[in-house]
Amino acid sequence: MAYLDNAAGAPLRPEAAAAIRAATDSGLTNPSGAHAAARRARDAIDAARDTVAAALGVDAAGVVFTSGGTEADNLAVGAAGSARTGALVCSAIEHHAVLRPVLAAGGRTVAVTGEGVVDLARLDEALDPKVALVSVMAANNETGAIQPLDEVVAIVRAKAPGAVVHTDAVQALPWMALSGALSPVARCDLVAISAHKIGGPAGVGALATRGVPVRPLLLGGGQERGRRSGTPNVTGILAMAAAMRAATEQRADEVARVRALRDRLEEGLAEAIDGVTVSAAGAERLVGHCHLTIDGVESEALLVLLDEAGIAASGGAACASGALDPSHVLLAMGATPAQARSGLRLSLGWATTASEVDKALDVVPKAVGNLRRHSRRIGAGVL
Amino acid sequence: MRVLVAMSGGVDSSVAAARAVADGHEVVGATMKLWGGESDSGCCSVADADDARRVAAQIGISHHVFNFSDDFDAQVVAPYIAEHALGRTPNPCIECNRHLKFDRFLVRARSLGFDAVATGHHARVVEEGGCFRLRRGRDAAKDQSYVLSMLGQAQLAHCLFPVGVLTKDDVRSEARRLGLRTAAKPDSLGTCFLPSAQSRRELFARRAALHPATVQDADGTPVGRVDALELVTVGQRRGICVLATGGKRRYVTAVDAVRRTVTLGGRDDLLVGELELTDLTWVAAAVDPGTPVLAQQSAHGVPVPAVLTTRTHDAGGKSATVRFDQPVVRAAPGQTVALYDARDPDVLCGAGIAR
Repeated sequence: MAYLDNAAGAPLRPEAAAAIRAATDSGLTNPSGAHAAARRARDAIDAARDTVAAALGVDAAGVVFTSGGTEADNLAVGAAGSARTGALVCSAIEHHAVLRPVLAAGGRTVAVTGEGVVDLARLDEALDPKVALVSVMAANNETGAIQPLDEVVAIVRAKAPGAVVHTDAVQALPWMALSGALSPVARCDLVAISAHKIGGPAGVGALATRGVPVRPLLLGGGQERGRRSGTPNVTGILAMAAAMRAATEQRADEVARVRALRDRLEEGLAEAIDGVTVSAAGAERLVGHCHLTIDGVESEALLVLLDEAGIAASGGAACASGALDPSHVLLAMGATPAQARSGLRLSLGWATTASEVDKALDVVPKAVGNLRRHSRRIGAGVL
Repeated sequence: MRVLVAMSGGVDSSVAAARAVADGHEVVGATMKLWGGESDSGCCSVADADDARRVAAQIGISHHVFNFSDDFDAQVVAPYIAEHALGRTPNPCIECNRHLKFDRFLVRARSLGFDAVATGHHARVVEEGGCFRLRRGRDAAKDQSYVLSMLGQAQLAHCLFPVGVLTKDDVRSEARRLGLRTAAKPDSLGTCFLPSAQSRRELFARRAALHPATVQDADGTPVGRVDALELVTVGQRRGICVLATGGKRRYVTAVDAVRRTVTLGGRDDLLVGELELTDLTWVAAAVDPGTPVLAQQSAHGVPVPAVLTTRTHDAGGKSATVRFDQPVVRAAPGQTVALYDARDPDVLCGAGIAR
């Protein structure tokens, strides 16, 4: 088995697994209560909140724990209040967790370049003082293209000084520092993250806020300072914090190691397969992402062969029925519908080994060859 | 053999998959997403794909979902709308079988290294001396050979219909015996992308212009109006509001998209002695002119004795005339006429499209 779908979800880190066991063993329960057991849970969450706050460069009070990246993004988009039509702006390649709520509120998208990077001139044109929120992801989930957040923030401050800047940093989290003077993410007002991309459990995430009030999506007991009612996922939050601590400590080593593996994989595939285009090759990219389009090969078919051969990879965005839709990211980058159906994302993570890369280098070219030999319609010849 | 089973999430294809496994094949299941869009409701819904996936898990095979919605739209839905605009009534299930299940899906299966595809259709493929024959399914009431009538040797060589030898009751009891969650799921009815008359009107209104037309008697006397000629079909009886006509049943006998007229008449006005067929396909060898056949004009229509004759303008063997022994109520233009062997009425010879 070669697990090359880390951008969808990375394997649980041992530190996170240990945190889950510890939380379970110590019987942590509802932190809202006037007794010792509740206080223990609350103390544990406070410590986790400090960890997350430090990683995201915000005050502990600025961290809202959520059920994951989607909820954090929705919470962020909702922070603009009852926005007028056109008051919300996001890039055309945002994750659907941003794109759908922005469009549902009458918002607009900003085009990207052929390299999958938000077009700053178009962003500049799209902004005016009436814009209430601008959302541009830190790095794209399909191509891994890192977005020019420094410039985005500068343009927003100049053209729409009242606007809140949100960034979906779900994909960037494993690979980039999100705090400190050098991080453009640290200049955004709102930052969404998710635990399972860094080896935490699925179903937990956070929104970091820098002085921006958010309107709750969930009303109830007023947890998370009224910003997110509902008993918090104590175990998940502790495991997320443990995964973030481990990821932060090991980031420098992991980035170097994974970059070398990714480059070997990408160069090997480009050499072994005709008609391969590396997506966003001209952009700065996350080190874990290898995204290719392969001429004449539908990703849906390729993924079946890869799955049979024990390789977990991904095509475009899977819809609820499990079907692959043509990638809106590739379409926004100027791909034809056929090209938008021929994307292959091999994404590496903290646990990826050299032998997994070797396996992909062996299997993917063979699978592509098999598909190309047989991809004929009945009208065109014998089956 | 390596077999890819097209699993719709219904009971027939569930049992087809189970039988393919029981027959010792190496089986994988796949569900085609053909329609649904954002709402993802109705046919090819998430719930149906989930049923297929869970049945696949239950019988121990892997399962994939193929998104062929663009192809379905281009090759089934768009032509359906375009034909209706010309006053014709195509059969979308047959076009889906022709272009999707037994072309797109079959080619996908072959490219993935499968020897054959299996579906839950009630029909039988029999090999006789290197020639594949298509026979009606065992259950006359559920027989689906009509909607498969455009298949030829290229497809049949790679097709399995595992439930064709069963009655529908057998299928359901086998599903119950295996504990499949689809055992009691109702049969799908009607056209998958048109769950209601209202959705049909909405689809046409969204995708093409709707044109009002004059409703006239056989002699051309105007008797009323319809607001959408595109929604009227030859042979239709209900839904046309006209002045009282003396209690006689009135049928649509012609739809003229150019003159924007809908002509009404009695049942006798729908009777024809022959029909011209286009786009002829043959399961195996073409039937010689003059050969007696049994012509069936709808999925569960009565097969009637007829003779196939060719015409001088016969376009490369792709068109012919079917002459009925007795006048019959005609199929609407655009409908498929399936031709069965007069000597062996379960055997399908081929099909054409009524002009």
